[in-house]
Amino acid sequence: MANGAVAIEEKNFYQQSTNKYSGILSWLLTTDHKRIGLMYLYTISFFFIVGVIIGILMRLELIAPGKTIMDAQTYNTLFTLHGVIMIFLFIVPGLPAIFGNFFLPIQIGARDVAFPRLNLLSYYVYVAGAILVFISLFLPGGPIDTGWTFYIPYSVRSSTNVSMAIFAAFVLGFSSILTGINFVTTVHRLRAPGMTFFKMPLFVWATYATAWIQIIATPVIGITILLVIIERAFGVGIFDPALGGDPILYQHLFWIYSHPAVYIMILPAMGVVSEIIPTFARRTIFGYKAIAMSSLAIAFVGYLVWAHHMFTSGMSDTARWIFSLLTFIVALPSGVKVFNWVATMYKGSIDPQTPFLWVMSFIVLFSIGGLTGLVLGSLATDVHLHDTYFVVAHFHYVMFGGTGTIFFAALHYWFPKMFGRMYFKKPANIAVLLFFIGFNMLYFTKFIMGYMGMPRRYYDYLPQFATLQEISTVGSWILALAIFIMLGNLIYSLRKGPKAGPNPWGGVTLEWHIPSPPPMENFKEIPTVTHEPYDFSQLKEMKNES
Amino acid sequence: MNHNSVAGNENNHTAAHVHRDDVGAKLGMWLFLFTEVLLFGGMFLAYAVYRYQYPDQFRIAAMELNTGIGTLNTVILLTSSLTVALSIAAIQKKNKFLSILMLSLTVVFALMFMVNKYFEWMAKIDHGIFPGSEELLGRPNGQILFFGLYYVMTGLHGLHVFIGVIVLLFMLYFLIKNDITPDNYTKLENAGLYWHLVDLIWIFLFPLFYLIQ
Amino acid sequence: MENKKHIIGYNAYIIVWLSLLALTAITVSVAGIHLGDYTLLIAMFIAAIKSALVINIFMHIKFDEPIFKVFLALSGLTLLIIFVLTFFDFIYR
Repeated sequence: MANGAVAIEEKNFYQQSTNKYSGILSWLLTTDHKRIGLMYLYTISFFFIVGVIIGILMRLELIAPGKTIMDAQTYNTLFTLHGVIMIFLFIVPGLPAIFGNFFLPIQIGARDVAFPRLNLLSYYVYVAGAILVFISLFLPGGPIDTGWTFYIPYSVRSSTNVSMAIFAAFVLGFSSILTGINFVTTVHRLRAPGMTFFKMPLFVWATYATAWIQIIATPVIGITILLVIIERAFGVGIFDPALGGDPILYQHLFWIYSHPAVYIMILPAMGVVSEIIPTFARRTIFGYKAIAMSSLAIAFVGYLVWAHHMFTSGMSDTARWIFSLLTFIVALPSGVKVFNWVATMYKGSIDPQTPFLWVMSFIVLFSIGGLTGLVLGSLATDVHLHDTYFVVAHFHYVMFGGTGTIFFAALHYWFPKMFGRMYFKKPANIAVLLFFIGFNMLYFTKFIMGYMGMPRRYYDYLPQFATLQEISTVGSWILALAIFIMLGNLIYSLRKGPKAGPNPWGGVTLEWHIPSPPPMENFKEIPTVTHEPYDFSQLKEMKNES
Repeated sequence: MNHNSVAGNENNHTAAHVHRDDVGAKLGMWLFLFTEVLLFGGMFLAYAVYRYQYPDQFRIAAMELNTGIGTLNTVILLTSSLTVALSIAAIQKKNKFLSILMLSLTVVFALMFMVNKYFEWMAKIDHGIFPGSEELLGRPNGQILFFGLYYVMTGLHGLHVFIGVIVLLFMLYFLIKNDITPDNYTKLENAGLYWHLVDLIWIFLFPLFYLIQ
Repeated sequence: MENKKHIIGYNAYIIVWLSLLALTAITVSVAGIHLGDYTLLIAMFIAAIKSALVINIFMHIKFDEPIFKVFLALSGLTLLIIFVLTFFDFIYR
């Protein structure tokens, strides 16, 4: 490819700062979207590793019935923390804050986001939230033990530091909102000439839809959490049944955010998939408009289905069947996407590089996750499976097998662009394989256990689950090994990896038109967009570009 | 709107080139306001659910609120909305003095609103009606909920008024320092939008709490 | 920046303000009459008119880019959906 063709001596964004400082301050006070994206990358990866370690400890406790390495209260704390960290500190901000920040402006041909300083602020709000989570662990009262859903009435009665921990969630939500506002404004105001809405790359579409959910849904959890804090502090009866409140109303409000939040987590991942598949199939995406619109459709439908988390909570029967019916609608836009991806690969000339392999594993895992979602969405089966390991398995297939996998895919896909170096391909591919094996051992067993009646969040279990639990724990080790190899490879490649050219994959979206790593303001001149987003005929002219 | 929307993005690329986009700034502000609407929306939903469940208790409890003070505060807030709008119109018409005057009046009205609110709350608290009080806990659940919502919703609204005052004071400072000028007053417009939102929320809070029969 | 600014005169604002005050007077006096269930309906209807005035004129949305209106409708619609679906639970409980 166009390797090494960029002979222009231009400073990249590592060498040139947006402010007058140099060294660490030039990063901490930067308003450059790429640097902020990288700061998110390092911070979020750190929390991801913490979350993984907690997960492994939980699995270790469950390797045999009875007490193995911790007591029950510690276990309660750990599963709450695992949830809070993974959801609020990793998956929700993960893709939009890192890759959205880094690539959304580039992909639409802009020099930065619409509000660069606000962007920096939302990073620090995120950090503040994260710090609050950690402070809540060490204050007297002890770490929160309610589960990441903070259900009433236990969250009002628990003597642990619930207020502090959920206030952290509030702060993190604020960061999420600011990012969302920034992205929507950026997409509306800063597209390069010729970059019409239907020429935007699909990652931009997905991030745009995500940003809308961040704006419209997050305030609802904000107020819900605030009400719980007020209730704990002043004894105001809003949800507490002892004062006439309705705990189910809390669940409604909680899921009004938290269900759409699932789409905050998954939509950008779907966007990344829509980037990677055309690049490695050398073929324009099949059904571009359908995929773009299905992102918006998912964002919208996400608001109609929240109460399917509450089928056994005592809702009215009418509400139960209505929400069950609506839930099935989500399968439509998701299906549109999966079919279009598969159709894109048909008769493509596929180059199975690591990002593509991650995407393949995504399609399998996400499909399993999605289809078991239908099982949970239908009322009759949910009554049996609710609050069992089946839900845990479904959730991890969708979130970890879905977004998590694509987080890794995006990391490999854009690694050369972000750092100007290539990772080593063999260990990277081995990591994908190990991940796939470990993942299925870890979580598929949970489908079976859940079906057999193993409840979630339990510290102990009956002897009949022993074998499956053991397999699951061993799976967690393989998974951890895979992550270790992957991250080790990437970190090693940061310094020792071979230099990557501007376009190692032969991609055609705008980020592949500029040097790796990108220069300070991305484009010397704002490009005028003439091509469709995945028009590979431009590859030839791109060779001459630089 | 897509084609002229990049008009501000001309090919000027000094290292720290400042990019000004008034429509973008306003768009961002509106998006923020939507989050506020949804934030209060969640509380209005809680209100709606409980009023549906305890219609009679809500009516009885609402009798205890002072409609007079509520109405007075409504008038004050509406007027402050007018003055902030006039302040923007004045700066558009290059009348800096009038703009400063109107903005200061807005701040004065906002403070009046808060003082009224303070007396209203204090009167309730003196009667022993506050969350967790013996007097309140002795009452039926519907009334506990009504007053719980009353304190939380008007309290949160009051917090917004308070933040609004701070924002308006900053705008006043900018106006005097000529940071807000007849060519560049988006900041003031955005502050005005925020202030109108505070007013909007009150427009709904007022009948829902003070005017139940 | 060639955003054409639509400037509203002082008088228009004052007229809106007077109408808002008048509507407040109406809603307060209507609340005194016993109309049963209609009280809430009328109060909300008047509040809706008042907010329409504030949003359109004071907040200027009538003269801003049309996309603002679309977005406003969008967030309003979301709120409506949330209310309706939640009440499917509480009404039929």
